[in-house]
Amino acid sequence: MSDVDKLDASTRAVPPSQPRAGRSSADMDLLRMKVRNRQMAASIVRVVFFSSILVALAALLVLVLTIANRAFGYVATTYKVDPDTLAPMPLEELEVNQLTAILGNNINTNVFRRLDREKPFAERDKADVLALVYERVVQPKINETWGLFDSLFYADRIRATVAEKYPGAELIFRSWISSSFISSPMSSQPEYAGIRTALLGSLAMIALTMLIAVPLGVGAAIYLEEYANAKNRINQIIQTNIYNLAGVPSIIYGILGLAVFVRGLESVTSGAVFGVTDSNGRTILSASLTMALLVLPLVIINAQEAIKAVPYSFREASYGLGATKWQTILNHVLPTALPGILTGTILAMSRAIGETAPLIVVGASTFIVNDPSSPFSKFTAMPILIYNWTARPQETFRHIAAAAIIVLMVVLILLNMTAILLRNRFRQVY
Amino acid sequence: MSQETLTMSTMTGAARAGQSAMLKRPRWGEGIIQSILFVCGAVSIFTTLAIVFVLGEESLLFFGSEEVSLIEFVTATRWQPKIGDFGILPLMLSTLLTSFIAMLVAIPIGLSAAIFLSEYATPRTRGVLKPILEILAGVPTVVYGYFAVTFMTPLLRQIFGPEVVSVYNMAAAGLVMGVMVVPLVASMSEDALAAVPRSLREASYGLGATKLETSLRVVVPSAVSGIMAAVIVGISRAVGETMIVALAAGAGPLDLTSTPFQQLQIWLIPFQSGETMTGHVARISGGDLSYNSIDYNSIFAIGITLFIMTMALNLISRYFVNRFREVYQ
Repeated sequence: MSDVDKLDASTRAVPPSQPRAGRSSADMDLLRMKVRNRQMAASIVRVVFFSSILVALAALLVLVLTIANRAFGYVATTYKVDPDTLAPMPLEELEVNQLTAILGNNINTNVFRRLDREKPFAERDKADVLALVYERVVQPKINETWGLFDSLFYADRIRATVAEKYPGAELIFRSWISSSFISSPMSSQPEYAGIRTALLGSLAMIALTMLIAVPLGVGAAIYLEEYANAKNRINQIIQTNIYNLAGVPSIIYGILGLAVFVRGLESVTSGAVFGVTDSNGRTILSASLTMALLVLPLVIINAQEAIKAVPYSFREASYGLGATKWQTILNHVLPTALPGILTGTILAMSRAIGETAPLIVVGASTFIVNDPSSPFSKFTAMPILIYNWTARPQETFRHIAAAAIIVLMVVLILLNMTAILLRNRFRQVY
Repeated sequence: MSQETLTMSTMTGAARAGQSAMLKRPRWGEGIIQSILFVCGAVSIFTTLAIVFVLGEESLLFFGSEEVSLIEFVTATRWQPKIGDFGILPLMLSTLLTSFIAMLVAIPIGLSAAIFLSEYATPRTRGVLKPILEILAGVPTVVYGYFAVTFMTPLLRQIFGPEVVSVYNMAAAGLVMGVMVVPLVASMSEDALAAVPRSLREASYGLGATKLETSLRVVVPSAVSGIMAAVIVGISRAVGETMIVALAAGAGPLDLTSTPFQQLQIWLIPFQSGETMTGHVARISGGDLSYNSIDYNSIFAIGITLFIMTMALNLISRYFVNRFREVYQ
C-alpha cells in the first residue's frame, strides 16, 4: 500500500497541463520507471489475490485427503482362532449351514441355543451367520491401524513394525467403507459398526422434514409474491423476518425444538395421542419439525426467486382468458416456477442432511440398533454418528467416522448434482 | 377482482342483470386459499415469536431460581454448574476468541478471493474457481469438526510441540472455523463489488490508474458497506457455529480465576481448551437431560444470550446492506 501511495503522489506531482514535447528525457525516463513500478506492484498483488483462492483450494484438498487417509489403510489384526483352521477355504465362500456348523462346534452350547432362540438359524441369512462366526469364534482384535499414505509409502516399515510388535498378527489393507459397513446396524465395537440405522434415520427425517417444509415454504412464497401488498406493514415484517430467521444459529432452532416439540407437544410427537406408548418426545417427528423450521427460510427465499422469474405477461394472458387468481397461480405460475422451486428444495435438503447441532439438542439417540419404523421412533442420524465417533479418542473410531463422512458427502454430492442438472435442464430466460 | 368491476361497468343494463348473478358470485374458495397462504407466511413470524417466548420464559425460570441471579450470570467469572457457579463470561470469551481467530483467517482470504473473482478473473476462470468456494460452503460443519480434530490439532501440536498445544484447543477450532466462513465472506463481498457501477471503474482507468489502484481505491471503498455486511454476517456465523467448537475446542469452560499472566497467555496463545456457549449447550444436552433441572434451564439462558448476539449482528449487517443498495440501485 505505502509503495503505491508514494508512486501515486509522485505521478500527481507532474503537472498535467505540461505538453509532452516540453519534458526533458530525464523526466520521461522517471515517468516510465514509475509507471513500470506501478504495474509491477499491480501484478504482484494480483498474484496475492489469486493465491487466496489457492489457499481455499488447498484447504479443500487437505480436507478430502485427510478423510481419504483415514478411510483406507493397513490394519494389523490378531485372531483368537485363526479362520484358516476352521475351514479349508475362506469363510466367505462357505454355505449357511456350514457356517452354522462351525459356530455350533466352536461355541458354548448354551450360547448357541440362546442365539437360536433369538432368531432360529434356519431363518438367518449368510451375512448374519458369518458376522456371528467372526464375532463369537474368530474374535479378531485390531492391534494397530495406519492411514492411507503411510500404507502406500511406508508399507515395508509397517510390516517390520507388525512383525516385531504383534507376532502372529495378520496385516491386511482394509477399506473402512464397505458394503457391510453400510448395511450393518450400529455396534459398540468399531470393527463391526455400520451406519445402516443412521442412514435410514437421516433419510426418514429428511423426507418428513421436506413434507412439512416444502408446502409451507412454497405457500408462504406464493403469498408474498402473488397476494401480498408490499406496502402493507405486516407483509414487510414477514419478509424482513424471513431474512432474519435465515441468520439464526441452528442450535437455537434445536433449543426451540427441545422446548416446543420434544417437551411441550410430547403427547403428539411421542405418538401418545395415536396410541404409541413406548416412546418419549425425542422422535423423528420432533427432529423433522425442528429441521423444517430451520430450512423454511431457505425454501421460501428460493421459491420467491423462482416465482419472481415468471414473467408478468403469463399471468395477464391467463387473466385475459377469464381465469381467477388461484387458477392462474396453480396452472401457470407454479408449473413455470417448478424447476426453480425444486432446485431450492434440494439445496434445503442438503442443508438439513448435514445439520448436527439441532439434532443433538432435540435428543437424537446415539446408539440405536433398530431401523426407524414410524415417525414416532427414536432415531439417530448420519451427522450424529460422525459426531459421536469423532469425539472418541480411539483411532479405530476415527477410521469409521471418515468412512461415514464419505457416505454423507456422496449423498450430498448426488443431491447437489441433481440440483445443478435441474437448473441447467430447465433454465429458460423469458 | 378489479377486472370484474371493469367489465361490469362497460356492459349494457340487460346483460348486466343477466350475468351479474354469475359475476358477483362471491368466490369463497379464492378467499380461503389466500388465507391459507397467509398462514404459511405467518409461520415464520410464529417461529420468531416462539423463539423469543421460549428462550425468555425458560430463562426467567433460570434467573428466578435461588441458585443464580441475572447479575451473577453477567458478572461472575466462573461457569461450574456442579457447584452452582453460573457466570457466562468464560463461555462467552471462548466464543469471542474462537470467532476472532476465525475472522483473522476469513477476512483476508475471503476478501481477496472476492476481489480476484470480481475484478480480475475472466468469466472462464470464474466458472472454474467459484465452485471451489461453493463446495467449501456446502461441507457440513461436523465434517469441518472432524477436520479440526484429525488434521489441524495434530498439525499445531507438531509445529508448536505437544506440551504447548493441548489435545483440544481454541486455536485449531478457530482456524478451521475461519476456513468454513471464507466462502460466506467471499460470496457476499463479491456481490457487493459486482454491484459497483462499471462507470466508476472506467473513470478510474481513464485517469491512468492500474487495475490494482482501481480495485483498492475505487471499487472497494464504493462497496465498503456491502463488505462490512459480509464481515458481520461472517462473525455472526462463527459465533453461532457449534460442531467445530464442540469437537475441537474442548469440554471445559475457560479458567478465568488464574493469574493475570496466565490469562494474558490464554489470549495471546489460545492453545488451551475453552468451551464456547454453543459447545456447552451441545455437550450438556447430548445426554438424556431431565426437564426442570438447573442444567436444562441454563441451556435457555445461554440460548437467549446467543440469540441476542447473533440477532444484533444480523441487524447491523442488514443495515449496511440496505445502505449500499440505496446508493447504487
